[in-house]
Amino acid sequence: MAFKKSAVPFSGTPEQEEQLRKVIAQHKDDPGALMPILQGAQEIYGYLPIEVQQMIADAMEIPLEKVYGVVTFYAQFSINPKGKYKISVCLGTACYVKGSGDIYTKLQEKLGISGGEITSDGKFSLDACRCIGACGLAPVMTINEEVYGRLTPDDIDTILAKYN
Amino acid sequence: MNVIKTIDELNAIKAKYADVVGTRIEGKGNGVRDVLVCGGTGCTSSGSMKIIDVLKEEIKKNGLEDKVNVIKTGCFGLCALGPIMIVYPEGTFYSKTEPEHIPEIVEQHLKNGQPVKKYLYAETVSGDEIKSLNETAFYANQHRVALRNCGVISPEHVEEYIARDGYQALYKCLTQLTPDDVIETILNSGLRGRGGAGFPTGKKWMLARNLVKDADQKFVCCNADEGDPGAFMDRSVLEGDPHTVIEAMAIAGYAIGANQGYIYVRAEYPIAVERLKIAISQAEEIGMLGDDIFGTGFSFRLGLRLGAGAFVCGEETALMTSIEGNRGEPRPRPPFPAVKGLFGKPTVLNNVETYANVCQIILNGADWFASMGTEKSKGTKVFALGGKIHNTGLVEVPMGTTLRTVIEDIGGGIPNGKKFKAAQTGGPSGGCIPAQHLDIPIDYDNLISIGSMMGSGGLIVMDEDNCMVDIAKFFLDFTVDESCGKCTPCRIGTKRMYEMLEKITKGNATMEDLDKLEKLCYYIKDNALCGLGQTAPNPVLSTMRYFRDEYEAHIKEKRCPAGVCKSLLNFTIDKDKCVGCGLCARNCPASAITRTDYVAPGKKLAAMAIDSQKCVKCGACMDNCKFNAISKG
Repeated sequence: MAFKKSAVPFSGTPEQEEQLRKVIAQHKDDPGALMPILQGAQEIYGYLPIEVQQMIADAMEIPLEKVYGVVTFYAQFSINPKGKYKISVCLGTACYVKGSGDIYTKLQEKLGISGGEITSDGKFSLDACRCIGACGLAPVMTINEEVYGRLTPDDIDTILAKYN
Repeated sequence: MNVIKTIDELNAIKAKYADVVGTRIEGKGNGVRDVLVCGGTGCTSSGSMKIIDVLKEEIKKNGLEDKVNVIKTGCFGLCALGPIMIVYPEGTFYSKTEPEHIPEIVEQHLKNGQPVKKYLYAETVSGDEIKSLNETAFYANQHRVALRNCGVISPEHVEEYIARDGYQALYKCLTQLTPDDVIETILNSGLRGRGGAGFPTGKKWMLARNLVKDADQKFVCCNADEGDPGAFMDRSVLEGDPHTVIEAMAIAGYAIGANQGYIYVRAEYPIAVERLKIAISQAEEIGMLGDDIFGTGFSFRLGLRLGAGAFVCGEETALMTSIEGNRGEPRPRPPFPAVKGLFGKPTVLNNVETYANVCQIILNGADWFASMGTEKSKGTKVFALGGKIHNTGLVEVPMGTTLRTVIEDIGGGIPNGKKFKAAQTGGPSGGCIPAQHLDIPIDYDNLISIGSMMGSGGLIVMDEDNCMVDIAKFFLDFTVDESCGKCTPCRIGTKRMYEMLEKITKGNATMEDLDKLEKLCYYIKDNALCGLGQTAPNPVLSTMRYFRDEYEAHIKEKRCPAGVCKSLLNFTIDKDKCVGCGLCARNCPASAITRTDYVAPGKKLAAMAIDSQKCVKCGACMDNCKFNAISKG
């Protein structure tokens, strides 16, 4: 059981906590409520630091271990904060055979971080994902909601420049 | 809308909207044009929402609000050409539509009736003649059952679904058939699970109905956790025709005696989730979900559960564990879900595409469905065609169609004049099919006999530039990442396999390693707990079976024939082609390129050369050479 806190100090607001309480109250009595509650919590805070997990465990009267176990099992839940711009490169098969591996490598070089990390200024975070389903545009990446398709490594500089 | 209690009320809506939808299906003109814009994930990603906005604006500007309807549909299938826009009643097909094309299309086509040829899909235009969408090679060779409504109706309007016989099958089951009749129909149709394993659906339902007689509660679940990377069949059904899944689940509930269902859908599919939410609330509003459906006393409710990015949750026991709010780890079977499933109750779990066939089977009969396909695989199958192929997209063909038809006729072949190397089916659980098997009719049993599997329907085409060892490594990387860690063969075994493959691609392996790898494959196959682990070695086994020469080239000759594996690459400059411009040296991040003193005949400057010791194999030199003087191998 890791009580390690994230490198970035937790800075939840009372408003966020209020929202979380509402989400918990809404789902608490559903069978299998933990997943929808965690999904709601991540929407509120952007990630699931140990402090938030503790609040959920307390409110649901279940051990923190159980919450932590579920959080760390699923790729979608993150215990670290994400960047202002979340970059996600599709490494699904269709994108991979069309060269998304090179795009991913280039981004790691450019940003100076590995997959799953965040730049020190908190601006970009980089992740690989498995198929967003835009296979017709392969290889693709997304930055927040924006989709970039038919990429070549040469496009990366121009795209990143838009966010600087 | 009001609650529908009788067939007359249902038919009244059907009749009212028949014309609306009929315009699109039969090309019947009623003086109004329908412009269908694809709102599936593929086209949305290439900007179709913007197209809809501009269309509406331009229609207003031209005063055509009464003459033109703009409808956001689900996926048309030809994702490579998105954003796609179809204009009915003609069925003209605009491809790769840009917002800048819209004013001209509205003015010329929607106002004056003259399609703007230059923006149409090239295959549909020949001289003065314009073909409709259904006459193109991509669509003409398909047979749509599961996808019958995708790209035809608006998925956010239940009325349009009703106009296409929606909820007629549920009515028929509840009022004319006993649960046993329903099961018998599904059983006789020969429908098998479209998630990949191919278990007979009717048998699954029968077991869930009969094995536990005194259950106080049963469940119906839908597996929409489409995890195979590169497959998007289920997503397209949910985005394009969500009600068909809801109706089929209610029918399954009636058949096995369940009044509660859950749809477990990937959270990575926001559009599908949204459409499902809308569809469920509409179905509740008109009384197709809830208590006393059609006044028959049958009740059925549906809940939506979102996955959170775990491939293993596509395995049935893991999926149910996840719905229960736990880590999505599988458990040994038996007990099978039909005895002890979700929350310990008897449960039926089917895949989205399986459900998408159910209503049509009920309405058209088991014989109709069984008349399509091969002896043991009936009906049709949807494939997500991707990779090195012209027409990336979604295709539905009768079982028994050959891979060649799918790839060459429907898919339009391989771009850039490259040669076909392999087709991958079944995702991380499947295998690669080489050119010599392209003419085998696709069905469950044939694919297994050639070392692959049907899988959920991902079909990725690879050409001569893809290294098969690298592809095997890619899938193992996926499996290592997605292994839940519960059983040792999968947790440790797949990692060891990955390491061995890495050794091969780095040129450090011996032939003995290859034998070890093969042994380990069979060990994991026999000993892993769930389907994910048991099938994880398939990508390796099938590539070893058909492309052993590539493995051996990596090991014996330290060479990657496709030129993919970086450690084995050697970049060389053809000194006679090199003009000595030095662009390569300027772009080399490792300063590995220097000038030689050789001046080729007819050239002014001395040629460049690469120091292979310093080279980091990034390929920047080759990308920048304007004279094709640099090669890799």
